[in-house]
Amino acid sequence: MNIEKVVFSFFIVLALTLNFGFFLGELDNPLHHNVYELFAVIVVNLIATVLKFGERSQMGAVLLATSLVADLELIAAALVWTFAVHINGTGVTPEIMGTIISLAGGALVANIISVVLLVIEISAQRR
Amino acid sequence: MKNTALFLILRRMRAPLLALIVVYAVSVLGLVLMPGTEVDGRPQHLSFFHAFYIMTYTATTTGFGELPAPFSDAQRLWVTVSLYISVIAWLYAIGALIALLRDAALRQLIQQNRFAAQVRRLNGPFFIVCGYGDTGSVVVRSMIERDLGAVVIDVNQDSLNELMLENLPVHVPALCADARLPGNLSLAGLNHPHCRGVLALCRDDQANLKIAITARLLSPGLMVICRAQSHDTEANMESFGTDAVINPFDTFADRLALALHSPDMHLIHEWLTAMPGTPLPERLNPPHGAWVLCGYGRFGKAVERYLEFEGAPMTIVESDPEKTRAPRDVIVGRGTEAVTLRAAHVEKAVGIVAGTDDDANNLSIIVTARELNPKLFLVARQNERENDAVFEAARLDLVMQRARAISRRILALITVPLLTDFLRLARHQKTDWAQGLIEHLRPVLGGVAPDLWTVSASAEEAPALEEWLRAGNALPLLHLLQHPHDRQERLHCLPLMLQRGREEHLLPPEDFPLQPGDKILFCGRTGEAARQRRALHNRIVLHYLVSGERQAEGTVWRWFARHTG
Repeated sequence: MNIEKVVFSFFIVLALTLNFGFFLGELDNPLHHNVYELFAVIVVNLIATVLKFGERSQMGAVLLATSLVADLELIAAALVWTFAVHINGTGVTPEIMGTIISLAGGALVANIISVVLLVIEISAQRR
Repeated sequence: MKNTALFLILRRMRAPLLALIVVYAVSVLGLVLMPGTEVDGRPQHLSFFHAFYIMTYTATTTGFGELPAPFSDAQRLWVTVSLYISVIAWLYAIGALIALLRDAALRQLIQQNRFAAQVRRLNGPFFIVCGYGDTGSVVVRSMIERDLGAVVIDVNQDSLNELMLENLPVHVPALCADARLPGNLSLAGLNHPHCRGVLALCRDDQANLKIAITARLLSPGLMVICRAQSHDTEANMESFGTDAVINPFDTFADRLALALHSPDMHLIHEWLTAMPGTPLPERLNPPHGAWVLCGYGRFGKAVERYLEFEGAPMTIVESDPEKTRAPRDVIVGRGTEAVTLRAAHVEKAVGIVAGTDDDANNLSIIVTARELNPKLFLVARQNERENDAVFEAARLDLVMQRARAISRRILALITVPLLTDFLRLARHQKTDWAQGLIEHLRPVLGGVAPDLWTVSASAEEAPALEEWLRAGNALPLLHLLQHPHDRQERLHCLPLMLQRGREEHLLPPEDFPLQPGDKILFCGRTGEAARQRRALHNRIVLHYLVSGERQAEGTVWRWFARHTG
């Protein structure tokens, strides 16, 4: 067992599950989506991205790309939230929440691809 | 290969970046959770946005103060804690980045990448020069002057610094690396479509050998020219098809013997291989008679062999006859003392060769010998280029400089390959042939060392000429010697040799009819090659030279000429 692999897989799966948890609930209902959860998703995603740095294989490159996509969408979601609360002052209305969750949904797909690739890589090594 | 540096940076920055992310996450989260000042009895919490904003200016030690509202004591406590940990994380990250940029391995990697990119971008013919010493620098400069590109590899950074200070008109990519490693040679463009060949000019024979083998195996079509100082290496290099192996000692000794044998032939050699634009070298008249040879090393042995072939009697002076395996009748001594030189009968000798590997000794031998016999023909070996001034002041008849001896031969080989053939054939000619050629050349050259160039009657290099000959028209060589402005006038150039398949014609006469595929070696004043090229490329100029009529150019003028006609 390789401790590095454990940590690596742990963060990738954690990023996916947290992202899913935040995504879960009614699409435009602000009560179903927690700001702390979004924060956690962003932090874990960033950590997962850095862990993928410096892999020279083709698989490593694609893994890094999916992570960067997820980061981009999640940060966009956080910016939308910040705009709504602090700059426009409208607060998190159902429309705003809809936008945020759409972005988080996009990130979720990227994270799913990431995990699928991880599983493929592992099964390829087994054979 | 290309992105190795980037991957290395990313990989090494992993830990610092993770530390930064974790510290930021903890600080921001803590700041959000800490109860703030109470408004209407309820503690206000900072939003994530504000918390991140505060951490941004706190972690970078900017410190704007308590924004957007004064903090509660709980928040102040947390800010204090996070300030320390985040500043440490920042220092760690920046420190790691700087250490990475100063890392020797990484810098070498970046330099290599830059070098490889420069080589890839070369779009003209070039040679890879391994070893940028005295010889390398002369060769590179002359190559650049002849519009040939160069790529330099040397193990020594000092040599490359000298290259940087050379102030060459074109940028020469240079890499500080061991040329013996095949990877470095590939990096220098061994497989580049424009690479013409490899020149192995290192001080170390073994290194040159390795470079030659590598080049021969990895890129069999390339020209490989090597410098070798021992006959063992020379034979070894020749065994696997190195195009030319040049031994500075033999090259020099050969020239000296040639001067002894036929001063006129030697003069032709000197003229044709001198740097273009420099004054024509003077004729050398070494006297016939007994010679004294001081120093029986590699140089001494080469001189002895060649002079013996010319039948010149010789006395050898050597301080260590055991080590150098000198013949038995050798005079033991350095030759710097009058006693030794007298023992070698320097008063009766006609010439002396000071050929030890120490410049001070060589000069001392020359000065002492001159005092004993002022009429001596003086030849000395110069080992260090720095001693140029002293050797010049010593007013010697001939100085052997390794770099000078071989750089001209290398240049002739790579710029005008036909010249080597010409000189080889010329050697077999009689003395009056050489005298005739000298009388012929003198007015053409006008006191300045000539340019040499090759004209080949091929579709790429001389389209007009080739078309003319293909059409079955006769063209005597004469027309290539006429001035394109006025055919009565002659260009200042002379055809030295014409090569047709395997046949070689020395000094072809002016009525020699040309054929497609012919290669002609010319020598002449600077700029004449360009004038001659006009006839080779332009049908109308060629027509004028042959017939004396100026044809109208372009469809309209041709129509006009036909109808007024």
